[in-house]
Amino acid sequence: MPVFHESRKNTIILIFILLFVIIILRLFTLQVITSKYKDLAEDQGLFRKVIYPDRGIIFDRKKNAILQNTNISDLMVTPNKLRGIDTLALCNILNIDTAQFKKRIVELIIKNGRSRPSVFAPLLSTDKMAKLNESLYKFTPAFYLQDRSIRSFPYDAAANVLGYTAEVDTNFLKKHPDEGYVPGDYAGMTGLERSYEKVLMGVRGIEYWKRDNKNRLTERMENGQYDTVATAGQNIYTSIDIELQQLGEKLMKNKLGSIVAIDPRTGGVLAMISAPTYQPNYLTGSERRKHFSELFLNPSLPLLNRTVSATYSPGSTFKTLQALIGLHEGVINTDTKFSCSGAFYGCGGGKPMKCLDLGTFDLRGAITLSDNTYFANVMQRVIDNPKYPNVEIALSSWDNYMYSFGLGHKLGIDIPSEKSGNIPKPETYNKIYGKGRWNFCTFRSVSIGQGEVSVTPLQVANEMAYIANKGWYITPHIVDSIEGGDKFGLLTKYKKKNRPIDIPLEIFNAVHDGMQNVVDNGTGVGAKVKDIVICGKTGTVENYYRGVKQQNHSFFCGFAPRDNPKIAIMCVVENSGGFGGTYAAPIVGLMIEKYLKDSITEKPRKDRIEYLSNLNLFPKNIYKEIRRQDSIRHSKDKKYLIEKGYIKSVKDTVGIEDDQIDNEDLHEDKTNNIPPKKSEKKEIKPSAIIEKKKKGKKRIN
Amino acid sequence: MYQRKPNISAEKDWITIALFFVISIIGMLCIFSVEYKSNDHFIQSLFAFKKNYSKQFIYFLVCIVIAIFIMLMDSKLLTATPNILYLIGIVLMILTFIIGKNVNGSKSWIPLGFMNLQPVETGKIFTALALSKYLSRPEIDFNKSQSQVIASFICFLPIVFSLLQNETGLALVYFAFLLPMYREGFPPVYLIIGASLGVLLVSALLFTTMQLVVVISLLIIAIIYFLKRKFKRHKNLLISLIAIWLLSIFFVGAVVPFLFKNVFQKYQTERIFSMVGRDNPYDEENNKINISKTSKKYPSKEKENYNVKQSKIAIGSGGFWGKGFLKGTQTQGDFVPEQHTDFIFTSLGENFGFVGCTILMLLYLTLLLRIIMIAERQRSTFSRVYAYSVAAIIFFHVAVNICMTIGLAPVIGITLPLMSYGGSSLLTFTILIFILLRLDADRQMVLR
Repeated sequence: MPVFHESRKNTIILIFILLFVIIILRLFTLQVITSKYKDLAEDQGLFRKVIYPDRGIIFDRKKNAILQNTNISDLMVTPNKLRGIDTLALCNILNIDTAQFKKRIVELIIKNGRSRPSVFAPLLSTDKMAKLNESLYKFTPAFYLQDRSIRSFPYDAAANVLGYTAEVDTNFLKKHPDEGYVPGDYAGMTGLERSYEKVLMGVRGIEYWKRDNKNRLTERMENGQYDTVATAGQNIYTSIDIELQQLGEKLMKNKLGSIVAIDPRTGGVLAMISAPTYQPNYLTGSERRKHFSELFLNPSLPLLNRTVSATYSPGSTFKTLQALIGLHEGVINTDTKFSCSGAFYGCGGGKPMKCLDLGTFDLRGAITLSDNTYFANVMQRVIDNPKYPNVEIALSSWDNYMYSFGLGHKLGIDIPSEKSGNIPKPETYNKIYGKGRWNFCTFRSVSIGQGEVSVTPLQVANEMAYIANKGWYITPHIVDSIEGGDKFGLLTKYKKKNRPIDIPLEIFNAVHDGMQNVVDNGTGVGAKVKDIVICGKTGTVENYYRGVKQQNHSFFCGFAPRDNPKIAIMCVVENSGGFGGTYAAPIVGLMIEKYLKDSITEKPRKDRIEYLSNLNLFPKNIYKEIRRQDSIRHSKDKKYLIEKGYIKSVKDTVGIEDDQIDNEDLHEDKTNNIPPKKSEKKEIKPSAIIEKKKKGKKRIN
Repeated sequence: MYQRKPNISAEKDWITIALFFVISIIGMLCIFSVEYKSNDHFIQSLFAFKKNYSKQFIYFLVCIVIAIFIMLMDSKLLTATPNILYLIGIVLMILTFIIGKNVNGSKSWIPLGFMNLQPVETGKIFTALALSKYLSRPEIDFNKSQSQVIASFICFLPIVFSLLQNETGLALVYFAFLLPMYREGFPPVYLIIGASLGVLLVSALLFTTMQLVVVISLLIIAIIYFLKRKFKRHKNLLISLIAIWLLSIFFVGAVVPFLFKNVFQKYQTERIFSMVGRDNPYDEENNKINISKTSKKYPSKEKENYNVKQSKIAIGSGGFWGKGFLKGTQTQGDFVPEQHTDFIFTSLGENFGFVGCTILMLLYLTLLLRIIMIAERQRSTFSRVYAYSVAAIIFFHVAVNICMTIGLAPVIGITLPLMSYGGSSLLTFTILIFILLRLDADRQMVLR
């Protein structure tokens, strides 16, 4: 019995204790000292589920919802539960073939894994929904419907004002880094959706969920005690009159142009029509992407909000402002007379500025009949006024008037992509002609609203509000109030009156007189409405596209009623031909009648609406462009048909040697096809077209 | 005759029994927490015997019955049969090659209908008994190298079979028998050499060969510097130090690469390296620039790392106090693979944190120290050697299993005694412990 080695017991105990101590120390560093593993665990074991609140609803001035939310369903699939499902029946409902079905499932498995539900078909249309709901029991549990809230436009109007939402892209995320957007979110991209995004989006909620090794959500963390609740977006109330808006859109059908109507007392926009427009519901739902590219490629630019983003020469509508300046500068008075013997000869030689009606005019008459010579003389007197030491200072002071009337700078309306327009500055002429080497005659066409001056339709409408109010305006805006308060101070600047220059009331009265005459018995008789005193001014704007003179733009602007004006409005119909009074004036007349009388009941007036609405004034250019695009598409189709053999079968019946013909045909087609493809890339880009157009407009008469 | 009548109530070691119950129950709770989902009706599923925890509960009841059975047994039977049992064990191990069932890539299981038997696992009992039997022979002088060789042969024979069955982990367990042999007089040199080889091996994983050579050389130079006065008296010291230095460098520079390249299989090498978070530097394919192959290999390598990473995340996220029972996100989310068997410790680590882990470690340590105390109070060599064998096996299992979950040892399939799910493992440890208690109850007798 050897007992010599009893002391070795201690060594063994020591080994045991030593190793256990090492393990405990290691556990201590792992569990108590490092926090890395806690973060990692949280990363993979927890999921922050973002709860999207409903976006705010947008109302018009009569509290009709013009932009709200509806629920639409996504069809969800869990791939690993697919066994034993009647795929053919499902494919029939969804209108796809089984190959597509398989392809989609494989894609989803690659993207999201087998055991996580993914979107199989997003935003189902209502008829598919109805069919699916009937037979959904056949496809459970692999398939189920998940509600999603999307935007809907009950009146299907005011698309460019309200704007649309879209999934944010990387560019957007870069521009708005700290606003909590993640890829896959939707955000407002244009219109009110964009400018009131902060208000409409509401506050997102966060739910903490436990997640398992296959990334499935299992249960709420601690029964949701760390969750935050989602708060719905705030509703906003606009000054838009949706019926007026609808009427405007109807009148502007098949025309390019815009209508802007403002309530001069508040600056609130009553209607804002940019034609051609689109049906806003077209850009929600499952086909959004397809529809968007259609609209985007359309050469008539339906996605462009012309009311704020297009600039035009103001034409004769500018004359009212010239009159105000002339009277306030004291270079004329209401009785000053100039006579027109056929043209303005104040600059001696050069191309004379024609006037349409011969004779001698006082201010009132000049406005009524839109006499060019009169206003050329007025502006010449302002610029050559001896109280200004030189022409630069004179032009600067003239510019000052124009700025205070709201031209030449962005007004700051609450929808994005507003353009500033242009009021010619002395620096511009210095640059072109050199200092001291230009005078009034250099820019005489500015006096009648052609040449270097350009304005947006909104600025013209605002200018009418300014004249209607006799010397002040409130920055035009669409949103009147926000439910639950204006937390971001978005509406502050729309509360105060702008009154940059004190111009005496008599001067305005004189201009009002002239403007009333325009409608009563001048160029704008087309705008006349029974029992309403309307002040207005026509404009017939010459313009050029790629250096070629185009049909005139038809302009009309005005306000009504003369005493206590309730609506200031402008209308432009691009390239319509005719005069300002031909198309724009009757449209404005109908709009004013609708707004002030609330409805149009008389038969002849109703007929007029229909007549104007059916009038097609689309410029030829646009049709040409559309035809060209179509022919490119068609030639593509033809190629496709030949490849598929459809065209060949037709040839067979003719009975010519097949092979030869086919080869020739294919060959010919290829050669034909290459050039259009190139040109397509070069020219379809809508932005390019806009630029060229703008260039054209700026050309001097 | 009257005295030898078995008496289970009298001389039982209640502390060990209590520890056995406490650890087993903790184990079942941990298995429960792995499988539990908040909407489960747990009493219903406990008696449906479909879930692992309910099965483990059954195994536990069976083990208690067997434990009582062992306690009622005559301990003479235990001393009389080890050689036969050992032989049967070896035969069973050989049988697996013929009728074995393939489970998780190793053909080491014999299907018995109601459960699968793993002879290498149960072989530990027989080997422990056989070793005890051999060492307790009166004619044996363990100082002689002949008996040392025979004893080693008894212990290490099963290693051959387990290696052939692809069960590296279980093979390593048999090295635990070095401990009882050491206690009985086995020269400590082997233990020291073994331990330092182990340390060198692990450091060879952690560092590159160059780094190691530099560190070892610096260490030896430091030792020579501090011991320079002693060289005058012991001239051999300097020579042996230099020999050690050369040997270590040889081991690190030549033996370890050779082991990884030629002896271990690729999956083992990868597993070993994944534990320290390195790519296998001895894998030639890996070093070749071959995009298609590397991209194909990537997932498997990921998977190797995945176990340890998830295990560390689960334990590490437990913090000081733990997340609370059934509140672990990692455990509930099934992130740790094989969590109910080899990685059961992670469930404890996440739910009960550092405090829970330390308490469990102390429970195991108490059990081990208690067994050593029992061993030392035996009058017969048979019982003492057996007790030390039990302590060594439990120690090896606990240490390696926990080291493996916290990234201190490579992932080799070694269970956590009494905690891991599985009838075979639970039964083995129950039998090991209760045979010891049976022998301890008869400690007044001299058993041969």
